[in-house]
Amino acid sequence: MTGAERAGTVYMSEPEKELPVDELKHLVSERALTGETMVLNMGPQHPSTHGVLRLLLELDGEEVINCVPDIGFLHTGIEKNMESKTYMKALVMTDRMDYLNNLGNNLAYCLAVEKLVELDVPPRAQVARVILAELQRIASHLVWLGTHALDLAAMSLFLYCFREREIILDIFEMCSGARMMTTYIRPGGLWRDLPDGFEEAVRAFLKLMPGRIDDYEAMLDKNPLWLDRTQGIGVVSAEQALGWGLTGPALRGSGVALDFRKAQPYSGYELFDFDVPVGSRGDVYDRYKVRMEEMRQSLRIIEQALEALPAGPVRSNNRKFVPPPRSELGHSMEALIHHFKLWTEGFSAPKGAVYVAVESPRGELGCYLEGDGGPKPYRVHFRTPSFASMQVLPVMSKGHLVADLVAIIGSVDIVLGDADR
Amino acid sequence: MDTVEGAVSALRQALGEQVLSVESFRGETTVVVAREAIVEAARLLRDAPELQFNLLAALTAVDYLPEEPRFAVVYKFYSLPNNRFLGLRVPVPGDDPEVPTIEGVFPNANWHEREVYDMFGITFKGHSDMRRILMPHDWEGHPLRKDYPLGYEEVQFTFNFDDIDRRKRYARE
Amino acid sequence: MGVEGKLGQLGVVTTTLEKMVNWGRTRAMWPMLFGLACCAIEMMSAQASNYDMSRFGMELMRASPRQSDLMIVAGRVSRKMAPVLRRLYDQMPDPKWVVAMGDCCSCGGVFNNYAIVPGVDEVVPVDVYVAGCPPRPEALIHGVLSLHEKIQAEKIRDWS
Repeated sequence: MTGAERAGTVYMSEPEKELPVDELKHLVSERALTGETMVLNMGPQHPSTHGVLRLLLELDGEEVINCVPDIGFLHTGIEKNMESKTYMKALVMTDRMDYLNNLGNNLAYCLAVEKLVELDVPPRAQVARVILAELQRIASHLVWLGTHALDLAAMSLFLYCFREREIILDIFEMCSGARMMTTYIRPGGLWRDLPDGFEEAVRAFLKLMPGRIDDYEAMLDKNPLWLDRTQGIGVVSAEQALGWGLTGPALRGSGVALDFRKAQPYSGYELFDFDVPVGSRGDVYDRYKVRMEEMRQSLRIIEQALEALPAGPVRSNNRKFVPPPRSELGHSMEALIHHFKLWTEGFSAPKGAVYVAVESPRGELGCYLEGDGGPKPYRVHFRTPSFASMQVLPVMSKGHLVADLVAIIGSVDIVLGDADR
Repeated sequence: MDTVEGAVSALRQALGEQVLSVESFRGETTVVVAREAIVEAARLLRDAPELQFNLLAALTAVDYLPEEPRFAVVYKFYSLPNNRFLGLRVPVPGDDPEVPTIEGVFPNANWHEREVYDMFGITFKGHSDMRRILMPHDWEGHPLRKDYPLGYEEVQFTFNFDDIDRRKRYARE
Repeated sequence: MGVEGKLGQLGVVTTTLEKMVNWGRTRAMWPMLFGLACCAIEMMSAQASNYDMSRFGMELMRASPRQSDLMIVAGRVSRKMAPVLRRLYDQMPDPKWVVAMGDCCSCGGVFNNYAIVPGVDEVVPVDVYVAGCPPRPEALIHGVLSLHEKIQAEKIRDWS
């Protein structure tokens, strides 16, 4: 049965075809072939691989000689599926890609579409996007901190982090009606205006959060176990990190101040004043410190953005690309036609390809979008940070213990949905 | 001179005829190079002191069926010191989909090239580990090719609900 | 003792074996710590402080399938993952139950394509489907409570 036929029919739980061992021999050292070292399979169902990551470990005792990540257990076919939908409808797929950074994915895709069709976004929507993206960054870092600490046996932090995360999810729910899959950022602006009470909710959060971040740090930084298990573990130098395509907090932990919010500002990030924290040693502890500081910087950005939030429309007025407000449908024939055209056929984008890079909580999230003149994207590719940074796991983990490998995986902050797409 | 313009002229100077064309779209510059020259081009972009494109940001491919050359492999390089993106595009014929690997220049091309191989069936000459990465190892076909079907499950309506349900295989204990 | 004093003499309670076993099964259900995609995050939320699933005797997530009796399939099941999922199910000791959490593993959800199994019920038998993309933690808790109801209605002849 060909793959295509198999894709069209239902899955049968047939016995797996065994992988010929010869195909894997080049991945392990000579010592493994003689039985001197042990080859161990970790995952795909393992509590500390943050999802369905499978690692092929070559161990000498408890020391990791080599580690070969095997991904694809969450491959969803998002890129192919987006090719069959119109530009507007394909947006729904992006939410489900990196499920801790839903609004950030929306933003990357929308920026790409807006660049492709040359669509302007009103200032209120731009600032609102910044607020939402930064809230999402904090929420994502909270999940990272909770699970990372949980992996290193600091369970209480998980409960605290998720408590604060719920506040952010409540704000998202207030805006869009959904906790996670918001699809709130649309090409041309936002789905609808920010609701009443949004600013108060965010301000309350801003007031609460700095103390809570201090609490988290106090809990971990004075914990000798935490320090022992993070300091000096998983060191990666700046050159190595760049060569392996590491971006985001993991790269900044090694001392390279690359942040696409600063380097290539999008959606009005250039208006706000914030620092890019960097580490010096490039170990697990530095990456942790960078992320903690990033949460504080995100709060700073949100605070400035709330002050700067202008009044006005949140959707572009270009009716060829953005549907008209519902209130106009009752009395404007033109609005009705536009509405009908946009939701049935969709808008067409010119022939050409654009690449937009945004800073996701995990690193550079790039969207390569190619149009062919029709209403559907010809090719969408997401350059996802988790995919890129998972390659560096073997470099980081060589010579460490299996227990440290858990800390290293946590510190790179991978999301398997992001890596496999 | 802007870094991107410098890069284009440096590529033209070094590769000559093998730079097929230079495209510009929405402020992004893409240099189309012949596939034989891609390793040299990548090395030049990384090593030239005034360019320093030291991060391979993205690597992907596009299928232009039924046009010929059928595929294009797209590279996006980012220069950290100069803060510029530059795209390279390599046309690949459909009957001989093979491109030299740039793994030796940018180690992280390893997985990106494996992904392109998995999804498009373009092999990379000299690659150290040319296996499937996302799909199961015994999968047939390359899903992101345009002649590969999306896969489709029939939608159950009232009139055909029982009919489809009968054909569906449910798992048992 | 305090409780007995208030409730009267509870030295002997008569019930049927069926009821007692079913009661025991629902009161300490150990789910497997097994997340696939987006729904796993909501499953974590359900475990965490705000929703606190341990109110229903389910605070103990077991990482090993051999120690668990409930599999919450949280997220989309790809064709690469499906054989692994089936093997995990086979490793769980009887009696065992499966909750399909979310649209993707109930019916394929928004992904109707080559990579995703359209409904995990093609791989393992499912007891309760929880709708939503992703379902809220309350929905998951409701799904689990529905499973409890279902278990309590089980008959001794079906145990086998």
